[in-house]
Amino acid sequence: MNIGVGLPTTVPGATGELLLDWARRADAGLFSSVAVLDRVVYDSYEPFAVLAGAAAATSRVRLATMIAIGPLRSTALLAKQAASVHGLSGGRLTLGLAVGARTEDFEAAGVEHKGRGKRLGEQLAYIRGDVDGDRVGPSRDGIEILVGGLSGPAYARMARYADGYAHNGGPPRAFANAAGRALAAWNDLGRPGKPKLWGQGYFAFGDADQGDAYLRDYYAFTGPFAEKIAAGNLTSARAVKDYVRGYEEAGCDELVLFPTVADAEELERLQEALA
Amino acid sequence: MNVAIVGAGPAGLYLAILLRKLDRGVDVRVLERNAPDATFGFGVVFSEETLGALRDADPETHLEITDTFARWDRIDIHYQGRELSSRGHSFSAIARKRLLEILQQRCRELSVALEFGVEVADLPGADLVVGADGANSLVRRFCDFGTKVQAEGSKYVWFGTDHVFDAFTFAFRETEHGLFNAHAYPYDERMSTFIVECPETVCRAAGLDEMEEQESLAFCEQLFANELRGRELFSNRSLWLDFPKITNQTWHDGNVVLLGDAVHTAHFSIGSGTKLAMEDSIALAAALARRRWDLNAAFVDYELERAPYVERTQQAASESAAYFGRIASYSHLEPIQFAFNLLTRSGRITHATLGVRDPQFTRALDSWLGGRPVSPPPAFSPFELRGVRFENRFELVESSVAVTPDGRTSAEEISRPEGKLLLRLMHAGRRGATQPRRLGVDLPLPDGWPVVAPTKRPYGPFGAIPGKPDEAAVLDAFVAAASEARAEVLEIDMAHGYLLGSYLSRLTNDEDDRLRFPLRVLEAVRAAWAGPLAVRLSVTDWHPRGNSVEDGIAIARAMREAGADLIHVEAGQTVHDDRPEYRRGFLTALSDRVRNEASVPTIVGGYLTTLDEANTIVGAGRADLVLLDLPETQVERPLKASAQLLGELRA
Repeated sequence: MNIGVGLPTTVPGATGELLLDWARRADAGLFSSVAVLDRVVYDSYEPFAVLAGAAAATSRVRLATMIAIGPLRSTALLAKQAASVHGLSGGRLTLGLAVGARTEDFEAAGVEHKGRGKRLGEQLAYIRGDVDGDRVGPSRDGIEILVGGLSGPAYARMARYADGYAHNGGPPRAFANAAGRALAAWNDLGRPGKPKLWGQGYFAFGDADQGDAYLRDYYAFTGPFAEKIAAGNLTSARAVKDYVRGYEEAGCDELVLFPTVADAEELERLQEALA
Repeated sequence: MNVAIVGAGPAGLYLAILLRKLDRGVDVRVLERNAPDATFGFGVVFSEETLGALRDADPETHLEITDTFARWDRIDIHYQGRELSSRGHSFSAIARKRLLEILQQRCRELSVALEFGVEVADLPGADLVVGADGANSLVRRFCDFGTKVQAEGSKYVWFGTDHVFDAFTFAFRETEHGLFNAHAYPYDERMSTFIVECPETVCRAAGLDEMEEQESLAFCEQLFANELRGRELFSNRSLWLDFPKITNQTWHDGNVVLLGDAVHTAHFSIGSGTKLAMEDSIALAAALARRRWDLNAAFVDYELERAPYVERTQQAASESAAYFGRIASYSHLEPIQFAFNLLTRSGRITHATLGVRDPQFTRALDSWLGGRPVSPPPAFSPFELRGVRFENRFELVESSVAVTPDGRTSAEEISRPEGKLLLRLMHAGRRGATQPRRLGVDLPLPDGWPVVAPTKRPYGPFGAIPGKPDEAAVLDAFVAAASEARAEVLEIDMAHGYLLGSYLSRLTNDEDDRLRFPLRVLEAVRAAWAGPLAVRLSVTDWHPRGNSVEDGIAIARAMREAGADLIHVEAGQTVHDDRPEYRRGFLTALSDRVRNEASVPTIVGGYLTTLDEANTIVGAGRADLVLLDLPETQVERPLKASAQLLGELRA
């Protein structure tokens, strides 16, 4: 199992300088990818802009959206942004897409929330397919595509168009359950081989309370679930190791750990915990 | 800290005990609207695992509970005049009334304030409020838990009897109104629980919905006189009810938390309600201890710990409830297979786990299926169809071949794998002219060939608008392919929205007689092919306006009558935007229904990865042949040269 690390693009206090420094350190360290989240109505950075910056600051790691909300963007522009990051990075983009969970993001972006699943399907067919006669470049060849979501249609979109599945985090048994569904969908759609399975988790080593508070705030839109997500924050080396082992046993191919405190020291502590 | 617990059932009382043990400084009140000795229902069941948890949580009550237990390890099945037994199941049960007495007594010892005859009109004032007030919880109404209540399973009525059963007994009785079944188990040395169940239609046909309590009791007594050995049934507000399946989006709101039936129910046919409730109490008390009475943190821990387990139990309970709702369709099964199907109904017991508990039973099943005194497990039993003998149930290897070049999904080569070959004749219809599957599915080729379908609607995004199929040519092509095919089983693909499948659904065909053309193809192929013939069918469209499972079963029946020997059960993909329900073995329950309700042998896949799944499915009569995705078969098999037919068809 590979281990990636999130960039703190949604964590309070993260400066542009910190984000690029973080990406540089991750590239020099043991991580196989750096990943970003996507949200409009929040003090957070735009995922493709950050990955473009990270492309310049790194040479080795994969650059992943975990996930980007596809339907917030028009299809051709999404394809162009993704292809541009892919091109800038020498083919290192992993494009995770899902429908998103917050209506306010859709309102702010001026996009209808209804029909987002259908639009994501069209976007995937467009990005993966060959329907525009190469008029919208650069080339999208080789972009690794993941799809996230826990609904039946989400698994079907994943199996129909993507290379793998992006899980939304939680205890290893929740991941294992979702992975089983992803494999069943892959099998049902007659895809050869197996989908790549990506998982994620949150961590905080220094000021765990600050990390928990950020998660409660970030996930306030989920109501009572915010507490459960905060309770899952990995706040010790032991917790990180157990989580990693659990995900490995559940068949995860790439586990991305996202910071909840914007401090470069957190990245060093994570490397120590994983060593 | 003061705690108000609403409801003096097992969950509420047990939590009160544990909280007082945890911290004597905490005031605990239990508010109950009934009198201390009023109790509804008769006995409750526990498993060994639960008993272990009760012993660790409070040895005093554990000792008293286990003292008065009825214990047994057998399940008896009375079916069509036969009695079958399975051993090794270790159950225990106790009178609900006795259980409550023990818990009340222990509460008093620990100075819990028990207040009976108290109706809560509003949330009681306390630092911590616990809703342990059952399926019809009042506490739930004062907060926002996102409660969902849904009836599941059949009609049922709960009695007691003074006949002491010596095993958990399932009895089935055919009547002029339909099939009734009973669940009975002893709970002390004098009494047993006796639950009678039947589908709603049967309940109404027998007039039970309009009978007085005594009249319906007499009816049941007479119906199961044989099982009751002339003993009586006793009622205790014994009315015919629907079982409410209860789920809550969140188990806590502010300082209020739910326990037991108030937060989740599990159908009585798996006997887990009280067990789940008392395990909730243990988990909540442990979380409060660990979090030092930080309510919010403890509630989160409690729910995170319990929810996955409860969800699995509810899933198993729903499977069991649905099984008892359709038992009439299993009347044709041999008693041993009927019994195995019953034992494995909820998915919690498999051929392998039953083999550990009761090897004699699985040996009897294996030898019945294998036709010899000592036989290998069900997946290795032989199967014969139209002169083709299968040495086992999973040796079938599928291969698709398009009957015409324009009926291919992609232009990639198809090769013939080794094994007993199921050759599938297909025409992709509007799902044709796409990229190879390794890149994705339903991705149109930039310069694809024209596609055909009964309507002009494309399959998915950027899909081509289909033209009208030349039915005569398609029919001829299927017949030509069938007459040249070399395979053990020939299959016509009518699933997944391919050409023939798109005729079958109102989502994709506007004509009234949607079976017209698929049946013509089937009849013509049947005339051209003497061997086993299968039809691959999406038995539900997984779409609110498409074919339901009932529609799919009716179609399967029509296919059988038109000459299909086997139905290969699939689901969905009729349209691009369906709502599939994926999980391991997601087609098994559908195959069970098709096989037993349309009376036709079935083939099933659906991401089955172990031989144990195959043994359980075949043993229980849920399918006849199984397509496995064994890890070793996921490794590329050596491929033989393509069938000659394919060479001729290649454009």
